[in-house]
Amino acid sequence: MTVFLSQSFTGISIGAVLLLIALGLSLTFGQMGVINMAHGEFIMAGAYTTYVLQQSIGGAGVSLLLSLPLAFLVAGAMGVLLEWLLIRHLYARPLDTLLVTWGVSLFLQQLARDIFGAPNVQVRAPEWLTGNVRLIGGEHPFTLAHNRIFILALALAALVSLALTLRVSPLGRRIRAVVQHRDLAEASGIATARVDRVTFFIGSGLAGLAGVALTLVGPIGPTMGTNLIIDAFLVVVVGGIGRLRGAVIAAFALGVLQAVVEYSATVSVAKVTVLVGIVAFLQWRPQGISTLRTRSLV
Amino acid sequence: MSTALRAPRARRVRRRGLAALALVLAGTLALPACGAKAGEESEGPGATADISEDTVKVGLLNSLSGTMAISEVTVRDALLLAIEEINAAGGVLGRRIEPISEDGASDWPTFAEKSEKLIRQDGVAAVFGCWTSASRKAVLPVFEQNKALLFYPVQYEGLEQSPYIFYTGATTNQQIVPALDYLAEEGVDSLYLVGSDYVFPRTANKIIKAYAEAHGIEILGEDYAPLGSTEFATIANKVESAGADAVFNTLNGDSNVAFFKEYTSAGLTAETMPVVSVSIAEEEVKSIGAQYLEGQLTSWNYYQTTEGAANEKFVAAYQAKYGEDKPTSDPMEAAYTSVYLWKAMVEKAGSFDVADVKAAADGITFEAPEGLVTIDGETQHIHKTNRIGRIGADGLITEVWSSDGPIKPDPYLKGYDWAEGLS
Repeated sequence: MTVFLSQSFTGISIGAVLLLIALGLSLTFGQMGVINMAHGEFIMAGAYTTYVLQQSIGGAGVSLLLSLPLAFLVAGAMGVLLEWLLIRHLYARPLDTLLVTWGVSLFLQQLARDIFGAPNVQVRAPEWLTGNVRLIGGEHPFTLAHNRIFILALALAALVSLALTLRVSPLGRRIRAVVQHRDLAEASGIATARVDRVTFFIGSGLAGLAGVALTLVGPIGPTMGTNLIIDAFLVVVVGGIGRLRGAVIAAFALGVLQAVVEYSATVSVAKVTVLVGIVAFLQWRPQGISTLRTRSLV
Repeated sequence: MSTALRAPRARRVRRRGLAALALVLAGTLALPACGAKAGEESEGPGATADISEDTVKVGLLNSLSGTMAISEVTVRDALLLAIEEINAAGGVLGRRIEPISEDGASDWPTFAEKSEKLIRQDGVAAVFGCWTSASRKAVLPVFEQNKALLFYPVQYEGLEQSPYIFYTGATTNQQIVPALDYLAEEGVDSLYLVGSDYVFPRTANKIIKAYAEAHGIEILGEDYAPLGSTEFATIANKVESAGADAVFNTLNGDSNVAFFKEYTSAGLTAETMPVVSVSIAEEEVKSIGAQYLEGQLTSWNYYQTTEGAANEKFVAAYQAKYGEDKPTSDPMEAAYTSVYLWKAMVEKAGSFDVADVKAAADGITFEAPEGLVTIDGETQHIHKTNRIGRIGADGLITEVWSSDGPIKPDPYLKGYDWAEGLS
């Protein structure tokens, strides 16, 4: 029983990590249609921001909390720079965007290697994030690790703020208008180029936030982005392009599937099962879990 | 282009972009598989070393980037220290050693490619390096075909004896078997095995299972995580619910960081369920964080705290060169020792020729930081003392148990009845 509970929580916390790394991508790829291969490197930038802040401030707790907004800004700024320098010239040319951002991704990896060195670095977790909450005692207690609870809370907070921004704020309304019909939005007086830039800022900033969360579970290194980018795209593609709800369902479904299979088999089998599951699912529903109905001519 | 046409075109192109994305992602995964065949055409006589009047080149082959860099960079540093010391003392056969360092990038085909380059293009007299067994297995054919020498400084899973490799790290009967002896002595009845998914952990666990069967120890579970994996919540849960007396950990590189964070989060400690690790030395303790590791056990042949004049000198020289806060570890010590052993072999042979150097190897001794080591000419391994250590809050490891003197290397475990049928 407690094993079942522990594994469910593990699955949910894997899902929370997946959701965090995919949330930004569901904006830039899902909403804007930009295939940004450098998204993983924005996550890396967020993680290194946490590291740098901890090195310069010292206090593990303070630096972690401070790095949340700072990582958002750093990664967001990098995103805006990328959008302004390269991507805006390449809208509607996805293949070129893909190759250019892939190049940017390699460039950023080498840059990180030059600045921080090739070996991975670690962030010390603050006292209040080590240890766990014991919900059921006994021989096999059911415990929730503090760092996992923190990541879950962070993922949900990011999700709710993003959903609210998109749904009720004027900015969100403009973003949705541009996604649904760019030309009509432009005809209605929306500065689509500016909206694109802001969307990209938020999407990239969310990647930075994911980077902060990831420092709590693993090491920080120049290649951490490449390991994550595939998972991020999987979540967005399974979730369905253009909708947050799909990404949320996909992230938690994949997380729980991974945890369940891994418990009864092995890590490798779990990875294979998840990938086979995704392929089968996309055969049946190529548009993903939930799709956006628009009036644009398809 | 008229604006009315833009939307449908964007959609169409986006779909094509998706296909291209899938291709690129697949390509990223498949890329490391290329290039593994490097050097297969080089049959016939070995490569000749490029030795001048006053210099001799040696190759240093370590991962300076990627998941293994955390460990392998320190080995490269120790090798450079030994070379510097030897050069300051007059070199080898009157020649200065010129090191050529190559990055294996934690990628096994790259190791094969770079060793080919060091041997054939640079003409090195010997190569020092490799860490993972996978990288050693990848370069082994290159060294055998070119009849070149590799000095391998890391503990490994045994069951190998290449005529062109000298193994200065521990084989299984100098590290894993003594660790199991120690656990059995301490009354451990059940074990859980956790390892990275590649050659060393899988072979090591095969040996552990054979030992356990013969000694009445129950194996409650066995789990492998892909190299570089950082998701250990499930494995920690499995370990926790199995309730074994101890965990035998053969994880490598950064995975240890994630594993021990998860292990601590699951409420497990060295008191409730000790973990014996064979790939965590002082350098790794520092980067994982001593707070996650305090009280856990390791099995090695050398610790920074090992007593002896040779070690005091080694630690002082290393810290003077690389910084007061830099720890020294077993693989670094074995790497440092390997350069001195090569020097002694060359001087005994009076030549840099690989065949002469190999012939001179048997019985060569060196007063290493870990104590006296002797080359066993038959297996090309060295006699080493095993030491079980406990990790302290300061990140240093102190010896709690040691074998009675240096153990004769036995890579195929021929001297152990229970190990029959393993090789």
